[in-house]
Amino acid sequence: MNSVIFTAAARLLVALMFVFSLFMLLRGHHLPGGGFIGGLIGAVSFIVYSLACGPAEARKALRVSPEVIAMLGLGIALLAGMFAFFMGDPLFTGQWYWVGGDSYETSVFSINTVLVFDVGVYLVVLGGILSLAYAFEEET
Amino acid sequence: MSWVLVMPIAVPFLTAVVAFLARSLPAGRWISLAGSVLTLVASAVLMAAVLDEGVIAAQMSNWDAPFGITLVADYLSAVMVVITAITGLATAIYALGEIPEETEALGFYALFQTLIAGVTGAFLTGDLFNLYVWFEVMLIASFSLLVIGGGKERLDAGIKYVALNLVSTLIFLSGIGLLYGVTGTLNLADMRDAVAEAENQGLITVIAMMFMVGFGVKAAVFPLFFWLPASYHTPYFAISAVFAGLLTKVGVYALMRMFTLVFVGDVGFTHEILIWVSLLTMFTGVIGAAAQTDFRKILSFHIISQIGYMTLGLALFTPLALMGGVFYLVHHIIVKANLFFVAGLAKQYAGDTDLNRIGGLYKSAPLLAALFIIPAFSLAGFPPLSGFWAKYLIVKAALELNMWFVTFVSLLVGLLTIYSMTKIWGMAFWKPHPDGIDPTPDRAPARVTAAMIVPIAGLALMTIIIGFYPEPFVQFAETAATQLLDPTDYVTTVLGVQP
Repeated sequence: MNSVIFTAAARLLVALMFVFSLFMLLRGHHLPGGGFIGGLIGAVSFIVYSLACGPAEARKALRVSPEVIAMLGLGIALLAGMFAFFMGDPLFTGQWYWVGGDSYETSVFSINTVLVFDVGVYLVVLGGILSLAYAFEEET
Repeated sequence: MSWVLVMPIAVPFLTAVVAFLARSLPAGRWISLAGSVLTLVASAVLMAAVLDEGVIAAQMSNWDAPFGITLVADYLSAVMVVITAITGLATAIYALGEIPEETEALGFYALFQTLIAGVTGAFLTGDLFNLYVWFEVMLIASFSLLVIGGGKERLDAGIKYVALNLVSTLIFLSGIGLLYGVTGTLNLADMRDAVAEAENQGLITVIAMMFMVGFGVKAAVFPLFFWLPASYHTPYFAISAVFAGLLTKVGVYALMRMFTLVFVGDVGFTHEILIWVSLLTMFTGVIGAAAQTDFRKILSFHIISQIGYMTLGLALFTPLALMGGVFYLVHHIIVKANLFFVAGLAKQYAGDTDLNRIGGLYKSAPLLAALFIIPAFSLAGFPPLSGFWAKYLIVKAALELNMWFVTFVSLLVGLLTIYSMTKIWGMAFWKPHPDGIDPTPDRAPARVTAAMIVPIAGLALMTIIIGFYPEPFVQFAETAATQLLDPTDYVTTVLGVQP
């Protein structure tokens, strides 16, 4: 697609959408959102970029191949779930560490495996969708 | 305790991730092999725990049943997990010899390990929707494995395979939806009571039939089997062996689980249908095989015919019949995977799988011939190999019920199986090669042949061990059948476990 307007606008849009996708990922912790929807939005941003500048350029912008991103995400999600082993809980039991308190109400913020799992999901969706989309674009 | 149940699924998944990241390195294949060994260790630990305690269950994420996802293993699940790990290990070794580097670089081992994880997950889950998810994992991995390596023939087979399996999944999913609507639960143990108490028993029977069709496609029973011979003869031999050994058995396992645990309200109706389906499956499968001249196509039709025996064990619904069904399931996975391995090695030697174009293998590869005889005659039910005991149990169960026609068909199909096996024996091994040459493994280094013959010999040894020393295996199958027919333990363990 050789539209100057689209190419120029795409650069702005892509960055915005990608930041929004990260926002959705983090927001999903307590509100609607999460890794899946965030990954979808992130994938759309890269698809817009590939429509504007071509799939080869978009692959370069991604730096790592989408298949590797997806598999890394799977590994991260699984390891986040298996962390429960060290606490003597069954697989995928969320492990929470409250900073400055001992519950949601009293603490400043928390460190937990649930977010790590969500990051894994984000990467799986981002990588999975992009590997499909790039394959289609490069075919035609 | 819960991690005993998790590890047989988690290990192949983690192996898949690592093997994918190392897919273009030579290390990739060794990672896959190491992963398969670890999976076998994890399954053995699970088996030990089940032998110790009977039924074990774990609630994932600490959500109590019936709300969370439960993993549960009774004798049947445990033995299926172990046999899956054994087949996986055999295939991982065989693949070292067969799979070319280009295919490895596409992520072959990652897909293979994902498939093993999917199959294991399906055997261990105690949640109906989770079972559907594992079916999907298996379908995606198996479709990719079917077409990997390219070629028009593989793509053609892959399309047929995936289209028909999607239809089956759709019916299965609709069944889940309806069942959830009636009972309000997805946990299998919880569902047992909910189904028994449901007001509209007619609707339950309708749903049961949907499950029978959905799983029937997966298990390749009559008249839903046509996708199987259309696809199993095209992929790599390692892949068709693991498909032949495991995939249809997941369907049989799901049938066994659902029709002993949940759908037992109208046994006279549902299991009567299963008897006729089983008989027709046995007979059409073996007749179909008689018409083929391709090594792998003959074997594919025999899978169908043998599936009939297993579902017959379920359909007769007596302790002895179910025991025979479980025994048959285990015996058949070993034997059938092995026969596909032999077919692959025969191709290495003689250059083809079309029986009209090969021959003379007995003279040039006597060891291979001996290793073919063991699974082939076991499949046909020759004493004292494992297949004899499996058939014996089923036939005895039919005789005890005075079902003469069922007995007659079982024996007739056994006889026709011998015909097919002797046809392969005669055409591939005894008759001279049509080109007048001595078939030798051309171009293949000794390392390749060794990697392919080790799993064949190992599985053949297991067939012989089960054949000559069936007592512990039969006893095991008996306990498994008892647990299936009286799932009180299963239900209380799942619903009563306090994490």
